[in-house]
Amino acid sequence: MDIKYSVTKGNLYIYLSGELDEFSARIGKDRLDGIIDGNINAQNVVFNLSKLTFMDSTGIGILLGRYRKLKKTGTPSFIQSPSVSVNKVLQISGLYKVMPKI
Amino acid sequence: MDNKMTIKFSSVSENEAFARNVIASFLISSDPSVEWLSDIKTAVSEAVTNAIVHGYPSGGGEVEMKAEITDKYLHIVVSDKGVGIENVDEALEPFYTTKPDEERSGMGFTIIKTFTDKLTVSSEKGKGTTVDMIKYFDGGEGNI
Repeated sequence: MDIKYSVTKGNLYIYLSGELDEFSARIGKDRLDGIIDGNINAQNVVFNLSKLTFMDSTGIGILLGRYRKLKKTGTPSFIQSPSVSVNKVLQISGLYKVMPKI
Repeated sequence: MDNKMTIKFSSVSENEAFARNVIASFLISSDPSVEWLSDIKTAVSEAVTNAIVHGYPSGGGEVEMKAEITDKYLHIVVSDKGVGIENVDEALEPFYTTKPDEERSGMGFTIIKTFTDKLTVSSEKGKGTTVDMIKYFDGGEGNI
């Protein structure tokens, strides 16, 4: 999994690409936290999943963990452009209730 | 065409992607839809990750994946000889996890249930766990 980010108009966009499973999550988690900590003043955080080709329930755990982290600073977080298969996993998990899809 | 395969691999996280790619390759000749294939890859990933993370918490061990395909269904069995699950019914509940501090979602079995047509989990403490999954090509309840 590859992780990139950009800041546009005070919003932090995090782009995940490749496959998010238990193996890639171990490395990805610290990188995500590093990006969030380095942009602590972001008004919103948007996880763009358009290039994420695979995600299983490990991904739900990782996204929920980041939601909880961002909630502490009152920063809303969102999901953007998931593929059909990733969207299915996110829907089943109910993640959109806390991280709406935009 | 009926076909069968069995593989055994080390219980290491790198093999989660390997197992997904093996099942995808096995299915190529049956020409499944993109969505059907993606459901299977996700279900396999959940079962194999469970074996690696929960079956063998201190590493070591082997995971076995068997698959059988007919013109009606795909049957996959993922098994380990690890620590086993004490209470299978509890483990099948959505959001149930034994490792909440590791940010595990507890949704693995729920996803397998949703993405396949039949799931059977059998486990014995200290002896291991077997996850048996069936998915029909027509999405129906055809008899085996």
